[in-house]
Amino acid sequence: MKPLGEVAGASLAERVQAAVETAAHHAEAVDREGRFPLEAIEALREARLLGFAVPPELGGEGAGLAEIAPICTALGAACASTAMVFAMHHICLANLLDCGMESAWHRELMNRAATDQLLFASSTTEAGVGGDLRQSICAVEADGERFNLAKAAPVISYGEETDAIFATARRDPEAPSSDQVLCVLLRDQYELERVSTWDALGMRGTCSHGFRFKAAAPTEQILPKPFADIAAESMIAASHILWSSVWCGVAADAMARAQAFVIAEARKSPGTPPASATKLAEAYARFRTIEAAIADGLTRWAAMRAAPERAATVSFSLAMNALKVSVSTTALQVVEDALMICGLQGYKNSGPYGLGRHLRDIHSARLMISNDRIMAGAGQMMLIQRPAAARRA
Amino acid sequence: MMEKIRELIVAHAGLPQGAEAIADDTDLYRAGMKSFASVQLMLALEETFEIEFPEEMLNRATFRSAGAIARAVEALSPGSMAA
Ligand SMILES: Cc1cc2nc3c(=O)[nH]c(=O)nc-3n(C[C@H](O)[C@H](O)[C@H](O)COP(=O)(O)OP(=O)(O)OC[C@H]3O[C@@H](n4cnc5c(N)ncnc54)[C@H](O)[C@@H]3O)c2cc1C
Repeated sequence: MKPLGEVAGASLAERVQAAVETAAHHAEAVDREGRFPLEAIEALREARLLGFAVPPELGGEGAGLAEIAPICTALGAACASTAMVFAMHHICLANLLDCGMESAWHRELMNRAATDQLLFASSTTEAGVGGDLRQSICAVEADGERFNLAKAAPVISYGEETDAIFATARRDPEAPSSDQVLCVLLRDQYELERVSTWDALGMRGTCSHGFRFKAAAPTEQILPKPFADIAAESMIAASHILWSSVWCGVAADAMARAQAFVIAEARKSPGTPPASATKLAEAYARFRTIEAAIADGLTRWAAMRAAPERAATVSFSLAMNALKVSVSTTALQVVEDALMICGLQGYKNSGPYGLGRHLRDIHSARLMISNDRIMAGAGQMMLIQRPAAARRA
Repeated sequence: MMEKIRELIVAHAGLPQGAEAIADDTDLYRAGMKSFASVQLMLALEETFEIEFPEEMLNRATFRSAGAIARAVEALSPGSMAA
């Protein structure tokens, strides 16, 4: 029996390493030119990692978030854009796994995702609702067995490079804004008209352009579960865990640069410990809380998915929101700590201690579904979640 | 109890349609209840029926319909069948 993760004689670690090296090699050009990390995604395809999460009976390896998260972190340390593409692709797969197993069309799509190494993207953000995942303006307009969908999408990462787009929409033109479904549209079923270009501070390789999105497809491609439940039971948790893993990678590489800088300083003046060593230890303490938060998130996720009811409770949702908000904030602090440690060597765009790309990339973390918005929602949930001590007699 | 629950739904769930449109099994989320409204409804239910929803019941399924809410309230207040 071949060991888990082995493909064509290569171990999982070797497969990941090959993709990480390619991502690192092109990271600067991807950032500078604001272009899609084509080589790295191709390397992930070659390593058969785009179908990693697909169940074995459908041609994949059945990897869970616990196996995918460390890959996001390893890629994030090399090229944050590549890592985010990989993460977002696997968030789409998590949605398929959550509720597509009973649908013949979605099973077939998962099969193709593994055999053809398809890439998936998502469109939740909509002009007029912003980052409010749980509201749509656009609606599924069904006519018999087919439907049309038109969405004003201010950001669809790698919309032009993906093989399919997972788009939220109201169930029908009469449905209230919160009664949403998730539709899967294949490349030859939609048109994308680019209305804005992603020339952003960081995460430049995600090519998150704005589009007018128009699609027509059979209704069987709409995922069978209400989007509200998909969001609560897979999408939000998978997003927050995998995004956090990407940001953890960015912080890890900043830490590594700062540590290399301090070690070089120590070598220069043997006998006197460099002042920056203390700062490095402080940064490391912060960094450890990121890793611990992700590990906790993965444990809670596994428990939720294993529970017979599989229903996400308020405490689960609060924990997932706290994960995203705390990691996005702490990772930025760690990169800033690293900058203070490396000083000008970190501020310069070239050289082994350069942190400009890390700093620009990590600044997206708090905005990617605004922490303010997430905390406003969490504040509501706090009203109904009660720790045992606060319960009425 | 059903009547009271229906009243609370009308007052708190923020649905566009009136009480007549809410059958016992009407999916309140599909009818337009958003998460903020579901929090308000839950607080009102706790206040009115003097109950406390335990952690494991704090999920979307518990508040999906008037019928589901009635079953939850009943389960939490064994002596209050006549309420
Ligand atoms: C790198 C990257 C890639 C992305 N890729 C995709 C993608 O592939 N597909 C996709 O659909 N989306 C994508 N997004 C968009 C993302 O999911 C969010 O929708 C987006 O970041 C929110 O943008 P916004 O700040 O303009 O909007 P809003 O959410 O409207 O926020 C605007 C402002 O209002 C404030 N605000 C909003 N609500 C509240 C509240 N309740 N309380 C207090 N303040 C509030 C926020 O602080 C924010 O400053 C991506 C974003 C990034 C950064």
